[in-house]
Amino acid sequence: MRARALRLGEATLVAAIPIVLALVANGILLAALGRDPFAFYGDMFERGLIEWQGFQESIIRSAPLLLIAAGLIVAFRANLWNLGADGQFLLGAALTAGLAPSLLESLGVWPMLLITMAVAAVAGGAWTLIPAILRGRYGVNEIITTLMMSFIGIGVANVLVKGPFKTDVGGVARTDVVAFDERFPLLFDTRIHLGFVIAVVAILAVHVLMTRTSLGLRLRVLGANPRAALHAGLRPVRLTVLAFAISGALIGLSGSVEILGVQGSFRADFNPAYGLLVIPLVFLARLNAIGSLVLVIAFSVIQIGGESAARQAEVTSDILFVLVGLMLLFMAVIEYLRVRLGLGMRFVPPEVAERLRPPSGEGGAATGEPRPAIGAGEVGSR
Amino acid sequence: MVAAEKNQRQAQPPPLCGLSGITKVFPGVVANDAVDLELRAGEVHALLGENGAGKSTLINVLSGMYRPDAGEIRFDGRPVEIDSPRAAIELGIGTVYQHLTLVPTLSVLENLMLGSHGGTGRLDTAAARARFAELAGLLGVDFGPGARAGALALGQQQQVEIIKALWRQGSRVLILDEPTSMLTPQGYDELRHELEHLTAEGLAVVLITHKLHEAIELGDRVTVLRAGRVVGSLAPGELRGRSEEELSARIVEMMFGEEAPELAGAVEVEVAAAPRQRARRQLGEKALEASELALDGDEEAVLLRAIDLEVRAGEIVGVAGVDGNGQRELAELIAGQRRPRAGRVRLFGEDVTRLGVRERERRGLRYVTDDRLGEGTVAELDVAMNAVLKRIGTAPFWRAGAERRDEIERFAAGLVERFDVRTPSVRSRTATLSGGNVQKLLLARELAGEPRVVVFNKPTHGLDVRTAEFVREQIREAAARGLAALVISTEIEELVDLCDRIVVMSRGEVTGAVENAEGVEERIGALMVARGGNGP
Repeated sequence: MRARALRLGEATLVAAIPIVLALVANGILLAALGRDPFAFYGDMFERGLIEWQGFQESIIRSAPLLLIAAGLIVAFRANLWNLGADGQFLLGAALTAGLAPSLLESLGVWPMLLITMAVAAVAGGAWTLIPAILRGRYGVNEIITTLMMSFIGIGVANVLVKGPFKTDVGGVARTDVVAFDERFPLLFDTRIHLGFVIAVVAILAVHVLMTRTSLGLRLRVLGANPRAALHAGLRPVRLTVLAFAISGALIGLSGSVEILGVQGSFRADFNPAYGLLVIPLVFLARLNAIGSLVLVIAFSVIQIGGESAARQAEVTSDILFVLVGLMLLFMAVIEYLRVRLGLGMRFVPPEVAERLRPPSGEGGAATGEPRPAIGAGEVGSR
Repeated sequence: MVAAEKNQRQAQPPPLCGLSGITKVFPGVVANDAVDLELRAGEVHALLGENGAGKSTLINVLSGMYRPDAGEIRFDGRPVEIDSPRAAIELGIGTVYQHLTLVPTLSVLENLMLGSHGGTGRLDTAAARARFAELAGLLGVDFGPGARAGALALGQQQQVEIIKALWRQGSRVLILDEPTSMLTPQGYDELRHELEHLTAEGLAVVLITHKLHEAIELGDRVTVLRAGRVVGSLAPGELRGRSEEELSARIVEMMFGEEAPELAGAVEVEVAAAPRQRARRQLGEKALEASELALDGDEEAVLLRAIDLEVRAGEIVGVAGVDGNGQRELAELIAGQRRPRAGRVRLFGEDVTRLGVRERERRGLRYVTDDRLGEGTVAELDVAMNAVLKRIGTAPFWRAGAERRDEIERFAAGLVERFDVRTPSVRSRTATLSGGNVQKLLLARELAGEPRVVVFNKPTHGLDVRTAEFVREQIREAAARGLAALVISTEIEELVDLCDRIVVMSRGEVTGAVENAEGVEERIGALMVARGGNGP
């Protein structure tokens, strides 16, 4: 029990280091721009966390990010790099926004909510089918194919919004707006909508799936050692398609949640690029769903608070992208140092690290000597 | 090369190279603990020990790959520092590693010239040819410098490796790391002659082996390592004039101390390899049958042509052959991990060619892979999960997809106890287990339930004597219960000890099948290098 607490403590500490370093480096940049970094960060936490309105905003922002994180974890754990989240997200969003008005008219609010979410999930999942089959059957690198499919998905979403889904109202091309009282119901007296509950349930479900079920174990075996998967009689092609489909469906659902909870309509060229924002976060959490839940909410606080602080300090909110980029950079540097010092990877879970490590010169694995441990992690084993 | 006389009656000349007090520590393991070793010109010094005894570490220290944490190396009486492979080469220390390092698409001569560092960068082909001719004459090779390395037989490739190690003028020490692991019996005899020629030229040879009889036959001097320490040595005077049995008994005692008597049986396999024919039993029905199995070759798979094979219930059939002649591909075709180009696999008369791994398993087929870490286990999962790796999702370990941890751990604990897998707990990550214990875990997993046909691929490879005998005993017991066993091995002695019948594979073909009887080794050796009638 103590060992477990210790490991948890260490994991938290190691995850905190790049965040702190990024805040410091970004602070130096702010100072160089003639802004007071302390005031900036003060504003950031004030408006993202402490003020009730800001905190609600942060929670609302975290809903789509959590769903994307859930989707990415399923794929990444199976060692499948689904980098096409933005395309899957926008397709889900465009279909939701486009179908919602007519569904509302014919079926009412609840059927509309359920049907649009289902359509978005199916579309997101279907969008991964080509990369999944190419990877599973022919070994084509999915990093390239998912990115390409993402570009196509973004394009298709915009074609839909500027074409069949376009509203008759003039101005920027967009879909008809879903009225506030026809969107997700709000929780109690807050502005937080049902989408947040859906997102939290989804990421907890992913945690259970990956750690307690036979499907999760199959996916982890596929990710950790595809040859062992073949040897054990698993079906790598089927598993690859399934992992991608779950991943894409959750991300497509995320697009739906963003429309039904926040936007109400899809304006042409809408692209918040949430997918790329979430990737560093799930790595910081070592592809652990619970850790991701915490980090995504923390990140939402930084984003919401940061946007406000940026306005206050009169700097562009692009400074937040710099902050995220710095986090990723410091994460990579720490990972490198840990490998150099023989401490094992920290952000990549051991199962995946096994596959990512460059082959060592020694034939140590073939001898009877115990092999060195990779990471001190416990995540993979149960 | 220094011409020295092999004069052992006179007072001993000082050693050419002396290692004293060499200590090398890796995290958690003392690989070498104050090891002393003397190399003399004109002698073969056999370094004997089980896997993990520290042999490789010691030669890596000598060849400049590792720097020792303590200890001294003297060369020609002077203390030297071998801090890089290049420093070793400059002292005249050449090493032939266990794994081949030749570039298959280049010619022999090109491969040899790759390793030499000409001052100007110009390739001096004429000089290289002359040097090749000189060394080729010494070793008695039967191929030219223009031959493509990849086209040579494994034994010939090894000769190229030896030439490469001696390539620099002034070689003094030759290190051979497990040189016999890829040789046929004929290749082994050739190696023995080569060693005689080389030592006659005054070279000091270090021969690393885990086989007792090789150390005794090939070595002029034997040093036995165990758990990083020198536990005994035999000087030339002690080696000569004694029978092999006497010597092996002494060495076994050095290696295992008081446990020696109980291991006598196991060591016999390594030493005498007397055909211990299994009692004739009534064999059962045709359990496994492969007919005309063929596979297209590619970069990672050996081509197989028309393999025919049959194993009856209760029978142990061996597959002999030099490693890499299609044995693994055959095993994978039988297990269902690969699809054949043509041919059929039948289990108890039923055609299973189109069925996958799981379906074949349900019909009683098991495959104990030789690649224990690469495909047999998932290193980062714990022992319990690896014990049920092939049963993911099945009752009682999973119910409706939900993991039942207690059932899994109880099952794994049972296997661990029955097969004596040394692990702190079933929750330990498999990565922390030694190779022998991983093999026991695999064996336990595959023999659990009701297997009817089991393919064992190199089941004792790399195991210590005790674990190897344990594994063989498990195979014998299973066969006695009516299991059909196909045992793939590169160790002829092992197959002779274990099998009723032995088929021989060479270059993707079955070149013959022999009943296990007196004098079977020679026939197997001949078949191992034979080519089938329908080959190109």
